[in-house]
Amino acid sequence: MSIISIILVIVVAFFAGMEGILDQFEIHQPLVACTLIGLVTGHLIPCVILGGTLQMMALGWANIGAAVAPDVALASVASAIILVQSGHFDSAHITIAYGAAIPLSIAGLFLTMIVRTISVGMVHGADAAAKRGDYKAMERIHVTTLMFQGLRIAIPAGLLLAIPTDTVQAWLNSVPAWLTDGMAIGGGMVVAVGYAMVINMMATREVWPFFALGFALAAVTDLTLIAFGIIGVAIALIYINLSKMGGNGGGGSNGGSGDPVGDILNEY
Amino acid sequence: MTAERITLTKKDRFSVALRSTILQGSWNYERMQNLGFAYSLMPAIKKLYTNKEDRTAALVRHMEFFNTHPYLASPVLGVTLALEEDRANGAEIDDAAIAGVKVGMMGPLAGVGDPVFWFTVRPILGALGASLAMAGNIMGPILFFVAWNIIRWAFMWYTQEFGYHAGNEITKDLSGGLLKDITKGASILGMFILAVLVERWVNIKFVLQLPAKKLADGAYIDFPKGNVTGSQLQEILQKQADGVSLVQNVPNTLQENLDLLIPGLMGLLLTFACMWLLKKKVSPIILIIALFIIGVVLHVLHIL
Repeated sequence: MSIISIILVIVVAFFAGMEGILDQFEIHQPLVACTLIGLVTGHLIPCVILGGTLQMMALGWANIGAAVAPDVALASVASAIILVQSGHFDSAHITIAYGAAIPLSIAGLFLTMIVRTISVGMVHGADAAAKRGDYKAMERIHVTTLMFQGLRIAIPAGLLLAIPTDTVQAWLNSVPAWLTDGMAIGGGMVVAVGYAMVINMMATREVWPFFALGFALAAVTDLTLIAFGIIGVAIALIYINLSKMGGNGGGGSNGGSGDPVGDILNEY
Repeated sequence: MTAERITLTKKDRFSVALRSTILQGSWNYERMQNLGFAYSLMPAIKKLYTNKEDRTAALVRHMEFFNTHPYLASPVLGVTLALEEDRANGAEIDDAAIAGVKVGMMGPLAGVGDPVFWFTVRPILGALGASLAMAGNIMGPILFFVAWNIIRWAFMWYTQEFGYHAGNEITKDLSGGLLKDITKGASILGMFILAVLVERWVNIKFVLQLPAKKLADGAYIDFPKGNVTGSQLQEILQKQADGVSLVQNVPNTLQENLDLLIPGLMGLLLTFACMWLLKKKVSPIILIIALFIIGVVLHVLHIL
C-alpha cells in the first residue's frame, strides 16, 4: 500500500471514530466507512460489498441513552483493512473479513467506554472554565474530547496497517474452506439478530398486522425495496388518517370506523 | 421595556444549529451531553449577554446534565434560545424555568427520536443501500449517505426553528397529536419493511436430503426398453415438454418442502427465536457468535 493510501486510511479511521460518538453524518456505518477505505486503497467494489454485508448485520445496532451498542466504527474500518491487506477479493475473503468484524466490534465497545470515562474528567475541566467565563477553553476541551474519539479508531487502524501484508495473507490463507463456508452460512442467519432487536423495540399489538402484511407480500412478489417503501408509507398514512376518523365518533364519510386494518386491506 | 430588544438573527440560530452537529463530542458518563449543549449555545450566549457576569452565569447554567437523542436536541435548543432571548431582554425567567424546560423536553423527545431515526429511517435506508452494495453497486453507499444527511439536516434545522418560534408553547404541542402520529407512522412503516427484510435477507437454506419421492405410474415418463419408434419418441418429447419427471425417484430436499409452505419461514422462526432470547436478556453479541458457530457446525454436518 502506498504511503498516501496509508495516510488516507488513517484519516478515514479518524473521522469514523468521531462519528462513532456523534452519530450525525453516519460515516462510521459500514456501508460508508468500508466504501471510503476501498476508495482510498483502490479496491472500491470488494469493500462496497463488504460494507453492504456488514451493514445488513448492524442494522439494529444503536446507542440508546447511555447504553452503548457494539461498535460499528472499529468493526467496519478494521475489517475493510484486513480485506485490503489480504490481497484477495473473492467471496471467501470477504466472509473472513466479515467474521473478524464481530470480535472487533466488542473491542471497539470497550475503547469507547474508556474514552467516555476519560471525558468525565475533561468536562470537569470545562466546569472550571465556565466559572471563569472562558469560552475558548470550553471549546478546546469539547473538540479535544472529540479528537480522542477519533484516535480511538485511528490508532488501531494504524497498528493494523503496520502488520506486514504477508503475515495477514498467510494467516487468512490458513483458514480452511469448511470454516469460511460455514461462517458464510452463519452470516446469513446473523442478520436476524439485528432485525430482532429492532422489532423488539417497535412491536405493539397495533403494528403487528403490518409485519404480517410485509412478510406475505415479500414472499410472493418480486417488488423492490423502494416499491415496498412506497407501499409502507401509503399504508401508514392511510392508517393514521382512518384511525383519526374513527376517533371522532365516526364522521360516517367512509368505513373508517371500527376496523381500520380491514379497511386498509380493502383499500389495498 | 424601553431598551432596544436584542434578538437572535437567523444567522445566529444557524450557527447554533451547525455547532449542534458535534453535540455529542464530549459525551461522558457523568452529565452526558452537557458540554455539547453549552458549546452549541455559545454564539447565542455571546450575543445576548454583554457583561461578563451574565455570560458566565449562562455558561454554568448549561453545564447541567443533559441527554436526549442527538437530533431531537434541536427543538430543545430552539426553545432554549427563545427563553434565553427573553431573559436577556429583561423577562422574569429564572434558572429553574430554563432547566425545567430542558429536562421536561429531553425525555419524551428521546422517546421519539430512537424509534424514528435508529429503528426506522436508518434500518430502511441502510437495508436499501446494503442490498445494492452487496451486488457491488456503488450507488448503495451513495444513496444511503446522501438521503440520510438530507433528512437529518432538514430535520435538525426545521425543528430548531420550530422550537425557537414556538418557545414555551412547544411543550404543549409535544404531548399532543403530531409527534404521536409521527412515532406511530414510523413504527408502522418500520414493522412493514422489517418483515420484508426478514423474508428477503435472513438466509437459511437446508441442503439436507429427505428420502426420495417415489412417483406413481403415469406421473413420470416410462421409457420403453429397446428401440423407440418415431411416435413413441414424439410422445416422450411431448410429455417432457409438459414437465413430466424423467425418473421415478425424484430427489426431495427439506428446503423444497419448506418453501411450499411459504418461502422464508425458517428465517421468520429464527427471528422470533432471537427476539425471545433478547427479551430473556441474552446479549446480542452472544447470539451473533452462537449463530456463527451453529452455521459452521451444521455445515460440517451437511444439514445447511
